[in-house]
Amino acid sequence: MTEPTLADLALEIRAKNAGPFWMTMEAFMADDAGYRAAEQLITADTVAALYHVDAEDLQIFRLPELRVVKVSVPRPLPQGSLRDRDMHAGQHHVPLASLRVPEGGQ
Amino acid sequence: MSDSTSPPRSVAVLVPAGMLGAGFDPVTVERGLRLGADVIAIDAGSTDSGPHYLGAAEPKTADGAVRRDLRILLHAAHEGGIPLIVGSCGTSGTDSGVQRVSGIVREICAQDGLRLAVSEIYSEQSPADLIARLDAGRIQPLAPLGPLDAATIGRCSHIVGMMGHEPIAHAIAAGAQVVLAGRATDTALAAAVPLMRGMPAGPTWHAAKVVECGGQCTTNPRAGGVLARIDEDGFTIEPLDPEAECTPTSVAAHMLYETANPFTMREPAGTLQVGDARYTAVDHRTVRVQGSRFEPADQHTIKLEGSAVTGYETMSFVGIRDPRILASIDEWAALLRKLLAERVESTLGLAESAWQADLRLYGHNAILDELERETTAPREVGVMLLVSASTQELATAISKVANPLLLHLPLPDMAYLPSLAFAFSPAHIDRGASYEFVLNHVVEVDDPLELFHIDIDLPEAS
Repeated sequence: MTEPTLADLALEIRAKNAGPFWMTMEAFMADDAGYRAAEQLITADTVAALYHVDAEDLQIFRLPELRVVKVSVPRPLPQGSLRDRDMHAGQHHVPLASLRVPEGGQ
Repeated sequence: MSDSTSPPRSVAVLVPAGMLGAGFDPVTVERGLRLGADVIAIDAGSTDSGPHYLGAAEPKTADGAVRRDLRILLHAAHEGGIPLIVGSCGTSGTDSGVQRVSGIVREICAQDGLRLAVSEIYSEQSPADLIARLDAGRIQPLAPLGPLDAATIGRCSHIVGMMGHEPIAHAIAAGAQVVLAGRATDTALAAAVPLMRGMPAGPTWHAAKVVECGGQCTTNPRAGGVLARIDEDGFTIEPLDPEAECTPTSVAAHMLYETANPFTMREPAGTLQVGDARYTAVDHRTVRVQGSRFEPADQHTIKLEGSAVTGYETMSFVGIRDPRILASIDEWAALLRKLLAERVESTLGLAESAWQADLRLYGHNAILDELERETTAPREVGVMLLVSASTQELATAISKVANPLLLHLPLPDMAYLPSLAFAFSPAHIDRGASYEFVLNHVVEVDDPLELFHIDIDLPEAS
């Protein structure tokens, strides 16, 4: 059995611009176990590696009442610039959503 | 209902939709009026669709869609005797965007015999004035951008300042019933009237944030708008569609939406703090929120948005289905980049530094590019070549030089010339000027009104 992805344990994982220079992602986890897995898995180092940003430039917020982990990172490219391929940053949740949850992490 | 001599004990804000022109059921607005709406507020803009709309001063929404929504809202404001506030007119809030929406409003009022006092608030900024403020040390950067220079201001084709609630409140206090604002914070539109009528700032700004996208804070975002009632101690919120629901989770979750920080939000006049807010269900579709705070800032600031031309673009598009090329698609793309640069130099005499291209492999890794982690071979790939140059003629010429490569480029080990699948003829499309957001800075002001120009047209007394 392959390990489940974070998306498998979530109601929704989404990404969106937060203004033209930031993007923000939320993992809405399905239950408390999923929230604990997300809380453990989503660290500054992991996000920095997934999104090619410096760990000190990103922000992680944990909202246990909502079972949400939220991550904000500077946009890899300014919105709408020549090499920006995702105007609303709406598809940039996928690297986060595809994270594998290790055994015992749920 | 309070009588006219004592201050109201609550103020209800009706937000019919997240965006003017997005459409809504008129029945939901009628319902909001019956529930006692004191003001209708709706956003008409965003930077979310990219820098073109500010750079070119062009609205994203169709006039017909804006006219349809405005007609319903103008009649509702007239019938209810309440203000209608429209913010970020024309998508980006440029002066021409305000005039365009104003033209539609005046046309509807004339056709339908509505006598309403209309105010336009202009938010476009002059480069000379901003450079003077920059020289005076009164423009500061917001992360992740660094300090501003005069040349960047000069490059912008349009610059707008994002107003808070103050210019809107000023227009209403002066007698306007319909306020058509240039660029404004989404929240200022809903906050203006409750603040004018003495509601506390914490609940007002929090409610304004929750309603700014209409039904986004409900369990069915497509069902239409919401009504927020702000009082001395908090606010309650319910959807306008009786079938839709607000739950503590749907309302609390909206603070996450499109904001980098879910606990604090900066407005021109201060900062909303919702870290201690409590969300409770009043019934199955109404939520009460308490505990939000607003901390006034020592320095009032106005955020700038500016869009500058980066070049002129031409887009070409070709499809690849041949598995042999697809198996080595990255190698094919690298070869195309190399040969194109050589051909452009030899045919047009242009060095690589004089133009730019972005080669996107849709179906392979176009969207995430270097963040893509999947490695499976694609079944088919759409190749988009986006060329940017200093003039449209050059971008077009480079794309024409690219055309035979996009049609026939083989891999080095192929003994024949493939013919790839162009999607249309001609295979390129000129995109005109392309733009980039270049400002993420705030201006320190002494007076919240000083960057804005307010026109008010009061109808003659009858």
